Amino acid sequence: MNLWDTNEIDYAGLGFRCGIEIHQQLDTHQKLFCHCPVGLVEGPANARLFRHMRPTLSEMGEYDGTALMEKKTRKEIIYEILNDRVCTYEMDDTPPFLINQQAVDIGIKLALLFQCKIVDEAHISRKQYLDGSIPTGFQRTTVLGTDGWMPYKDRRITIRQINVEEDACREVSDVGHRIVFRTDRLSTPLVEVITAPDMRNPIEAGEVTKLLAETNRISGLVRRGIGAARQDVNVSITGGDRVEIKGVERIGLIPGLTHFEALRQKSLLELRDELCNRDISLDNFAYNISDATRHLLKTPEFVGHWAVDQGGVIGAICIRGFGGLIGWYVFPERTFADELGGRVRVIACLDKTPNLAHRLNRAALGIPEREWESIGKGLNANTNDALIVTWGPQRDVVTALEEIAARCREAISGVPQETRQVLSNGRYTDFERILPGPDRMYPDTDHPPIPIEMKRVSNARASIPEFPWERRRKLSEAGLSQQLVSQLIVHPRFEIFQKMVEISGDIRWAARLVAETIKHLQRRGFETANLTDKRLLDLAESYREKEFYREGTLDILKVICKRNRKVSEAIDEIIFKITDEEAELIFEDLSDTANLPADPFKQKRYLMGQVMRKYRGAIPGKRLWDKVSAMTSRKDKATSEPRE
Amino acid sequence: MATVDDPYKGYRNSGLETLKKFDVRVWDRVKVLSESGTFEGVLLPRNEMADTFHIVLKLDTGYNVGVRAERISAIENTGRSEGHYKVPEKEFPYDPEKHNVVLLGTGGTIASRLDYTTGAVIPAFSPGELFGAVPELADICNLQTHKVFGIFSEDMGPAQYIPLAQRIYKEINDGAEGIIIGHGTDTMHHTAAILTFMVQNPPVPIILVGSQRSSDRPSSDAARNLINAAMAATGPIAEIMVCMFGPTSDKYGLLHRGTRVRKMHSSYRSAFRTIGDIPLATVDRENGVKPLRRDFNPRGGSGKEFKLVPTFNEKVTILYYYPNMQENLIRAIVGAGYEGIVIAGTGLGHINRPLYNVIRWATGQGVHIYMTVQTLWGFVQMFVYDNGRYLMDCGIVPLANMLPEVAYMKLSWVLGQTNDREEVKKIMLTPINGEITERERPDGYLVFQGGLPEVEQFMRDYLL
Repeated sequence: MNLWDTNEIDYAGLGFRCGIEIHQQLDTHQKLFCHCPVGLVEGPANARLFRHMRPTLSEMGEYDGTALMEKKTRKEIIYEILNDRVCTYEMDDTPPFLINQQAVDIGIKLALLFQCKIVDEAHISRKQYLDGSIPTGFQRTTVLGTDGWMPYKDRRITIRQINVEEDACREVSDVGHRIVFRTDRLSTPLVEVITAPDMRNPIEAGEVTKLLAETNRISGLVRRGIGAARQDVNVSITGGDRVEIKGVERIGLIPGLTHFEALRQKSLLELRDELCNRDISLDNFAYNISDATRHLLKTPEFVGHWAVDQGGVIGAICIRGFGGLIGWYVFPERTFADELGGRVRVIACLDKTPNLAHRLNRAALGIPEREWESIGKGLNANTNDALIVTWGPQRDVVTALEEIAARCREAISGVPQETRQVLSNGRYTDFERILPGPDRMYPDTDHPPIPIEMKRVSNARASIPEFPWERRRKLSEAGLSQQLVSQLIVHPRFEIFQKMVEISGDIRWAARLVAETIKHLQRRGFETANLTDKRLLDLAESYREKEFYREGTLDILKVICKRNRKVSEAIDEIIFKITDEEAELIFEDLSDTANLPADPFKQKRYLMGQVMRKYRGAIPGKRLWDKVSAMTSRKDKATSEPRE
Repeated sequence: MATVDDPYKGYRNSGLETLKKFDVRVWDRVKVLSESGTFEGVLLPRNEMADTFHIVLKLDTGYNVGVRAERISAIENTGRSEGHYKVPEKEFPYDPEKHNVVLLGTGGTIASRLDYTTGAVIPAFSPGELFGAVPELADICNLQTHKVFGIFSEDMGPAQYIPLAQRIYKEINDGAEGIIIGHGTDTMHHTAAILTFMVQNPPVPIILVGSQRSSDRPSSDAARNLINAAMAATGPIAEIMVCMFGPTSDKYGLLHRGTRVRKMHSSYRSAFRTIGDIPLATVDRENGVKPLRRDFNPRGGSGKEFKLVPTFNEKVTILYYYPNMQENLIRAIVGAGYEGIVIAGTGLGHINRPLYNVIRWATGQGVHIYMTVQTLWGFVQMFVYDNGRYLMDCGIVPLANMLPEVAYMKLSWVLGQTNDREEVKKIMLTPINGEITERERPDGYLVFQGGLPEVEQFMRDYLL
């Protein structure tokens, strides 16, 4: 079996399930709970804040697992403050102002686009994030719509919930116990669209995400560009558990990521079975730890020796019965040791890799056989047991050893619920944090509930565009290519495009102009801002009135861009004025033309080139071509017709 | 107000009728069928201040939603799931090497939890909870906790000041080596002032502490403030002090003298500032108490008698002067039986001329009128202009650089002891602990102006 090929995997057999959460920034002027302008800024920060986070109880009286994990990390958090983008609200030094109503209205419209039911009364909740990415320690979020759907293939994808919430900070760096965030993005309004786990294979996961993004964008009410949309992808297989791959910025990565996550869970379940075969259970799981510093004091070739040099320690742990399993493959190129390393990196903040040694890599990391054996002997380890060594500041090593034991224990149950981050190859993932549950939710006591009147919903309903799947169907039926359709349905000037079609009666002309020609001109450096909505509509009218023909479009646009001319001026300037009768005479002239190439095909091209130079857009290309063809004796016309 | 056992907590009118109709109670697991969709979750209590048309559910995702009662067609009861908000409780350990500190709770957000019926946070207090939430305290001191009251700081008054002062006095006489008072922040400086007058020359530190972000938030300053307060309570300065954040960053706390401190921002963590002087010390877990000045009262006492003077006269007010204040206002105050008025005057301590006669009349009626400045920083200087001299002639007594709220507390306290004009004046003008200072240090007034290049540079260089 080729593990790299998604076609070779029986996803249905695995019980593959995938759900998507898509986060998209809303195009509002101000942030969600204060009146700061939205937008990123570069350059040095104006000031810095220094904070910590402590876990708190949910209102049901439970601590959230993620929260407790973050507490273990003992992170120092620095916030870069930007005076023009941040006020005391983002600093968590002022309670929230009333929610941005523009964002609520956009959220309602998007929820309606996803055919959700709109809640009668929205309640702001606090969703705990103790990683520091939000200075309050929680994200303010509110559900606006539930129970929606979107057509896909021959079935429906359920949209469970649509939330409006505030965006988090941008991470600047995360080294050891210090994490730095930039606050400009903080509190930008987002919509979060959550699907049920309805995707049955990685290809579907990618396709559905595209459709979700398309529906968001079709509204014209969301921000675009890098970072404006991020996806969280939830994957599980039968016997496994929900794992969330966090913050995927490129939709194209989703099929690969979900594919490898399914394989990872499969491997972890096989590891579980192996442990079961070895009679290792949660009840008899055992380990012991020791300080191995003295064993490696005199081995400067050991990569972890820096820890000793800096006053730290080297810790060792023996996991009973795990012999040979640390190197268990969980991805094509990663092993269970990487699962352990991820926990150690995140929770113990030992982020200098490699951060642990085991039997397979200990030689490469510079731990000689003799020392390895004496460490093992100190722990009474035999060949059935796994021996792992880790190093760093003492407190962190203690945390690391506990985490290694905890993760090994979880292997007995199979797949732990985790949030995982995408590694730089875009395929594999690494541990980010324990998957948070509903216990991290807490009602926001700073903001009153927001009643959503039916009138408001009906107003929103009246102003939403048609559904993207309907738009797609109509455009496809009009004979446009799939590529053009995909570009057009989310195009910011879709409405102008529609009007141009109405005026001109030529959907293919209007489609190419809006979706392709303008982009082409922009890429070549033309001032396409001069192509205002009004001018495009004027152009469509002139086109209808046959003031120019299709072939002249590009030249006219160029003149408008370059010289900022009105459409009529540009046509006067570039299109040769000629009546029908005069056009006939041109053809008479042509019959006298000397220097014709002998080859009939070249002859036709030569003649066409000559007339087009002067009459492009003034006389329909088809008419010129027919005339030229008639004058030459060439028969095979179809293969060399001019492109539209 | 709804009682704890109320099965329809906070629900009224159509919301209440709907719950009764479908026979479901708060904390039941329910499935609600409505025109707005089908929702499954736990039925939550309703905020009493919110409208009566919606019922609130906690969905399984943890989100809350309100469903309009009139749109509900059925509610199915599927079980029960009562919230049991409780911090893990642990017995506070005892170490004979450490100072014995008593924490007196008055309410406020130093320890608080959610109140569903009001939708706000309410004070909660138990020693085990506190240790469960802030275990670091055990490294600093031995702690006993007593809940004295459970009220918001704006509800504090003489009915609390007097028993609180008596309790502090008793705890110290019983051997407490440091006192921490958990207090809401709004009137913390008022309480700090009155305690300074009621509990004089204490031999041990008395620390007021609170939080600007409630302790139900991960970013709360409550734990750090409490740790700093415990450090201060075991420290060398034996005065009544407010211990709150210095910068808004998690760096260090400041110890402010109880008579010179004021809450200067409605919400910043660093809201508390010493006015017209500098704070007594910085304090944090790593460095302990670092005095910024030498003239503090040391642990063990300064030789002066440790005494309790729990008096208070409620017939005192503060009059915040504004242009064109009318004389009948003062007549009304006197008519209502007030015996003392602290005026927060403009500039150096001024009020408008049309009030002069009524002031002379009021003092003639035996009302004690004292002048402070609404600029907060700086001294009352009534000799500079004729107006000031005239006002003094009318019977107004200038109070140097005593803060208006401190002057209010002190006058209330004094008038609880004597009504003798000269005696009151003597006590008012004799500082008990820094409420009047002989001189104002040049750095006693530092309000930096944002936007200036040098200030912007300072902000870049140091944590906010």
